[in-house]
Amino acid sequence: MIYLLDPLIYLLIYGFLLTAIMGLIASWIDRKVTARVQYRVGPPLLQPLIDIIKLLGKETLIPEGASKITFLMAPIIGFSGVVLVSTILWINNIDPTKSFMGDLIVVLYLLVVPSISIIMGGFASRNPLASLGASREMKLIMGYELPFILAVLVPVIHTHSIRLGNIVSYQATNGIFIGSLSGFLAWIVVILCVQAKLALVPFDMPEAETEIVGGPLIEYSGSGLAVYRLMKNMMLFTLPFFVMILFMGGWKFEGIYSLTGLLKYIGVVAIITVIRNTNPRVRIDQAVKFFWGPMTIIAIIAVILAFLGK
Amino acid sequence: MAKTIIPIGPYHPLQEEPEFFTLTVEGERVVAIDVNVGYNHRGIEKLSESKTFDQSTFLVERICGICSTSHPFAFTRAVEDIIPVEVPERAKFIRTIIAEGERIHSHLLWLGLAGHFLGYNTVFMWAWKLREEILDVMEILSGNRNNYAMFKPGGVRRDIKSVDIPPVIKKIDSIIPTLEMLKKAVIDDPVLHARTKGIGVLSKEDAINFGALGPTSRASGVARDVRKDSPYGAYDKVQWDMIVTQNGDVFDKAVIRILETFESIKIIKYCLLNLPDTEIDLNLKDIPPGEGIGHIEAPRGETFHYVRSDGTNRPVRHKVRAPTFMNLPTYKATIIGETISDATIILAAIDPCYCCTERVAVRNLKGNQIYDGQDLVKLSQQKTEKIREKNGCLKWI
Repeated sequence: MIYLLDPLIYLLIYGFLLTAIMGLIASWIDRKVTARVQYRVGPPLLQPLIDIIKLLGKETLIPEGASKITFLMAPIIGFSGVVLVSTILWINNIDPTKSFMGDLIVVLYLLVVPSISIIMGGFASRNPLASLGASREMKLIMGYELPFILAVLVPVIHTHSIRLGNIVSYQATNGIFIGSLSGFLAWIVVILCVQAKLALVPFDMPEAETEIVGGPLIEYSGSGLAVYRLMKNMMLFTLPFFVMILFMGGWKFEGIYSLTGLLKYIGVVAIITVIRNTNPRVRIDQAVKFFWGPMTIIAIIAVILAFLGK
Repeated sequence: MAKTIIPIGPYHPLQEEPEFFTLTVEGERVVAIDVNVGYNHRGIEKLSESKTFDQSTFLVERICGICSTSHPFAFTRAVEDIIPVEVPERAKFIRTIIAEGERIHSHLLWLGLAGHFLGYNTVFMWAWKLREEILDVMEILSGNRNNYAMFKPGGVRRDIKSVDIPPVIKKIDSIIPTLEMLKKAVIDDPVLHARTKGIGVLSKEDAINFGALGPTSRASGVARDVRKDSPYGAYDKVQWDMIVTQNGDVFDKAVIRILETFESIKIIKYCLLNLPDTEIDLNLKDIPPGEGIGHIEAPRGETFHYVRSDGTNRPVRHKVRAPTFMNLPTYKATIIGETISDATIILAAIDPCYCCTERVAVRNLKGNQIYDGQDLVKLSQQKTEKIREKNGCLKWI
């Protein structure tokens, strides 16, 4: 039985509120670890939240000649995309029976929405640097989507299911995928694609501050920028969460498992942070070559191994 | 393909100083570059003419915060060249120590910034953390982190006491392991190779034609270093190597700077251990009429000062040429054909110091035309003509 209230609770409480809290904490962990690696002190726990509240109180400027509706809608579209994805992911971890067949496909589609919203916003703002950043983001999407989807195929082949709930329950009985060779290879590919999806170094060229001054976000101010910031922080929760579900057995909320789940999650965030702090930014052509070359080959090998049952 | 103008500046996170580069790009590829300087002109040369020789030393120290030794060094040498006179040996050694300390901190500063421009903020923070140690050494020796105020025409203002030498050497030695680690992190990083090797290549021929100086020229295989070519200070008494590489790309420019810091440490240690026991100051009283030049190797290349005296206590003409003035035009050879992503690191690779280079630039009200000297004379004459015409006088021209 599906009541109207039920999906709303999932959407608002889990999809938005919990994801936002977790995302802000993740963003704090990321900033703090980065700071410690770089001999700095780092921000206090509430800093990411304070940043967003401060931005919400600022004036929203719309550049002259920009497409007003697209410019203002873009952050909201991206934000709603993340909320929807997170809702589906939470449902799968809390009560897998409530999910629907093929939710993996929906998640894959919705995960592109934030990137597309950034492209929309960038082009709508009518700034040469923003357009440049948006076009880089576009090239980057084309680069990483191929290996990303190939790698996501590995758990699907293992479980013969495109339902996230089945993938989680399969891992509960048969061991997590990261333990198998194909799963491990696919996991590496997915982590690097997540890095690109989050637009973090070495794949932060759409926003490269020292080159194009924030790229698509250059003209955003006030609440528009706040929504983008919140969206990016939430992505820092959603994507590692997705990786956990696919390869690391998800996050069960019962007893000791909730703690191990938290540790897994912090581990993934820490890996992302370490990658971003030990690499310089690559060029867009190098990034696309990297994803279409070695990453795609590793993903294909992982898929073949998965077919062989390894 | 359609051409787009990508502005870098006048205010841009890439630069600490206001400068304006107009990059014309096709897609991501740069097809033309226009450099505009003149946002930060301070009229130092003119100001110098109203100050005494002793005061001017402090003034030129403030041309640039990073090469705050090279300008007074070149200026005092120019003033000493007027008399002409040789400063005492001990003063020469102390000057060398301060100049090399500055080279280390300047190169580390550049290394950090280069990392930052490439999005490698860890290198940025590490290099600057290490730089703090060198600044501490400089503070122990001179009392200041920067703008050391050690120079005066005829010698140095502050002696280095022999009791200070062992702790300073200990501190310098403690820097070396971290510096080695940083060197490995930069020179062996494959991703850094991908970003910097073969990027912004300045060929040997171009380096000679543009008159590139300092690390910019040495990275292109042009062995050009004032410290070797016309030794000053204590450089002819110390064993040290000039670092020269052949490729002329951004990576080589980075390698040159990293390796030069090791040479500088070598020079500083030698000078500290072998300080001659002489006076530190000649106590110059009068500067006779005449002219003199002083040129020294700053971290960025040759800094050149020309001073003319008329026998009073002030220079009548003081001309400064900072190394960036010569290195800036090499952009024409290095940036065209590269992508925007690389353009930023190429701009940074010459270690530009724009405030040292600043020249006055006069523009029309629309800002689309820069007047040169002849234009300004013409404008002035036109104005005179206008006033004469208005008051019913005959035409002069």
